[in-house]
Amino acid sequence: MSEVVLPRVSVRALRRPAVPPIRSSLFVHLVLIAVGGLVAYPFYYMLTTGLKDFFESITSPPTIFPTQGLHPENYIEAWSKAPWARYFGNTVLIALLNTAGELFTAVLAAYAFALMNFKGKAVLFTVLLATYMMPAEATLIPNFVIMTRLFRPNDLDHIAQGYLVQVLPFLATAFSIFLLRQQFLSVPKELRDAAVIDGAGHLRFLWSVVLPISIPALVTVAIISFYGSWNAFQWPLIMTSRPDIQPIQVGLNAFRDTARSQYHLLMAACSFVVAPIVLLYLVGQRYLVQGVARTGIRG
Amino acid sequence: MTAVVTTVVVDGHRRYHRRTVTGGAIAITQRAASRRRRLLIENVQAYLFLLPAFVVLLVFKIFPALYAIYISFFKWDIVQGAFRGIENYTDILFGSRAENWWRSVSTTITFAVITVPFEIALALVIAYLLFQKIRGRAVYRTIYYLPYITATVAAAAVFEYLYHPQYGILNTILSSVGLGPLRFLQEPTGIFEMIGNRFGADVPAWAAGPSLSLVSVAIFSIWHFLGFQIVIFLGGLGNIPVEYYEAARLDGANPRQVFTRITLPLLTPQIFFVFTIASIGVLRAFNEIFVLTNGGPLDTSRTVSMLVFRTFFQQGQIGFGSAMGVLLTLLILAFTLVQFRVLERRVQYG
Repeated sequence: MSEVVLPRVSVRALRRPAVPPIRSSLFVHLVLIAVGGLVAYPFYYMLTTGLKDFFESITSPPTIFPTQGLHPENYIEAWSKAPWARYFGNTVLIALLNTAGELFTAVLAAYAFALMNFKGKAVLFTVLLATYMMPAEATLIPNFVIMTRLFRPNDLDHIAQGYLVQVLPFLATAFSIFLLRQQFLSVPKELRDAAVIDGAGHLRFLWSVVLPISIPALVTVAIISFYGSWNAFQWPLIMTSRPDIQPIQVGLNAFRDTARSQYHLLMAACSFVVAPIVLLYLVGQRYLVQGVARTGIRG
Repeated sequence: MTAVVTTVVVDGHRRYHRRTVTGGAIAITQRAASRRRRLLIENVQAYLFLLPAFVVLLVFKIFPALYAIYISFFKWDIVQGAFRGIENYTDILFGSRAENWWRSVSTTITFAVITVPFEIALALVIAYLLFQKIRGRAVYRTIYYLPYITATVAAAAVFEYLYHPQYGILNTILSSVGLGPLRFLQEPTGIFEMIGNRFGADVPAWAAGPSLSLVSVAIFSIWHFLGFQIVIFLGGLGNIPVEYYEAARLDGANPRQVFTRITLPLLTPQIFFVFTIASIGVLRAFNEIFVLTNGGPLDTSRTVSMLVFRTFFQQGQIGFGSAMGVLLTLLILAFTLVQFRVLERRVQYG
C-alpha cells in the first residue's frame, strides 16, 4: 500500500448534473426548503434570542419573533462579561502560527515526496501514512503528560509557553502533506526539465514555479488549518486553565457557566463566536468544500 | 551515456534497476562521479525538506503513540507508579472496571446505530435533490453545509437551549400537539420505555432503548455532520458517467429503477466511505457530548471517548485512561484500515 487512497472527487464533477431529472422541481424545492429550514433554524434561533430581552428569552412558550423590541445591547453586555477580546486574540494568534507552520512543513515535505528522488522514500511515506491513520485520541494522554512535564502552560510568568503547547503538536499534519503532494504531482515534468536547463535548484523551482501554480491547494490547506485551530476544544480544554491563554471555544464553554440561565446573553456570545468562521466559510467556501470533497476529512 | 535508470516490473512490484552502459571516449568515471554527487546532493536536500515535518510528527505523533502504550502498563495516578503489566487491560476488559467499560462500549454502539444510518439516508436524499438542475442550488448548499463548519461548542450551546425543558422551543412544539414536556438532555429514561409508559405498557429493562438524552445528542450529531456527508455524495453522483443514464433511458427504465439499479450501486463506495467515517466520528465524539450532557444523566450518554476523558482527566488515572485510549485507538484503526482497503480496491477496479 504505497499510494494513499482518498476519494477522488473533482470539483468540476460537482457542477455537472447527471442524475435523471425529477419532473416536478416544485417538489424538489419543497423538500429542500423544509429540510433546509430545520437545518437553518438553530442559527435563526441563536440570532433572534441574542436580540431578545431577558424576560422574553425565558418566556414559555418561547416567541418565534422578538416581540419586546430588539436589544443589540445584549451583545455589549455579553462582551463585557468575559475577556472576549483576549479569547479572540489568543485564537487568532494560535491559528496564524498553526497555519503558517503547517504550510511551511507541508510544502517542503510534499515537494520532496512529489518531485524529488531519495533513498527510503517508500519507507518514509509509509510512516507518514501511519501517522495519518493515527487518531488524535491515541496521542491525547501521552501528549498531555509530555507537555505538562516540559512546559508550565498555566504559569503566569511563562505566557509564551501557554501558546506553545497549543501550537507545537499541530505544526505538521500528514493530511496537509498528502493534499499538497497530490497537487505537486500534477506539475508538468517539462516545467522541471526547463528549470533544470535554466540552472534552477529545487528551492528556486519550488518558490517561483510550483507554489504560484498551487495557490488554490495552498489556500485549501490554510483554510482547513485555520478552521481547525478556531474550533480547537479538547486539547486547550485540558492544557489551559487561565483565560489569558485560552482560545475562543474554551472561553465560550466557560461563559456558559457565567451566563447560566441568561440565554439571551449566551446566544449573543454564540453569535459573535460563530460569525468569523461563517464569514471565512462564505468567502472561502469553494476551497473548503473542495478540500473536504477531495480528501474526505471530517472534524 | 553513463547510467540509465529503468523501471522493471517484477510480479507487480516496482523496482528501480540501474544499468550501466559504458561507451564513448569521454572520461566516464568523471561523469559518473558528478552524477553520483548530484544524487547525493538531491538526497541530502530531500531529507532537509522532510526534516521539519518529520521532527514534529516524530515528537508529537509517533513517539506519543508508543508512549501511550508504555503508560498503559503502569499504575499512573498523576505520577508514575508501579509496573502493572497488562493488569490495567484485564481490569478494564474483565475486572473491576469491566462494567463501566462495556457499558460505554454499548452506549457508543447504540449511539452509532441511532445516528449513522439516519445520517446516510438523509444525506443521500438531500444530495440527490441538490444534484438536480434547479435554481438556487448554491444557496441550498451553503445552508446545508453551515452546521458542519460551525464550532461544536457554540452549536451545542444553541441546541442545549432548544432542548431546554422549560424555555426550549421543542417543548413548545410538543405541547402544542398534546405531548411533553420532555427533559431531553436531562432524561435518562429509554425512549421505548417512555413510549410504552405513555400507553400504559410495562417495558422490560432490556427493551428500554437508548436514553432520550442520547437520542437528543444523536439528533444534534446528525444535524452537525449532514453537510459533510452531502458533499461526499455530491462528489459520488458527479462521478457517475452520464452514458449509464442515457443507456437506461433508452432501455425504458423508470426513475425508480434508474435510482436503485444505477445510482445506488454506483454510490456504494461513497456510502461505505461515509459509513466508516461516521462510525469513526461516533467513536471519537467528545465535544458535543461534553457540552450537551457531559456523559450524563446517569451515565447514559457516556461514550468510550467520554469515559477515557473522565478517567484520565477528571479522575487523574492516567494509566487506566491510557489503556482505554489504546483500546479506543485500536477500534478506530480497525475502521480506518477497512475503509482504506475498500477504497483501494475501488480505485484498482474502478
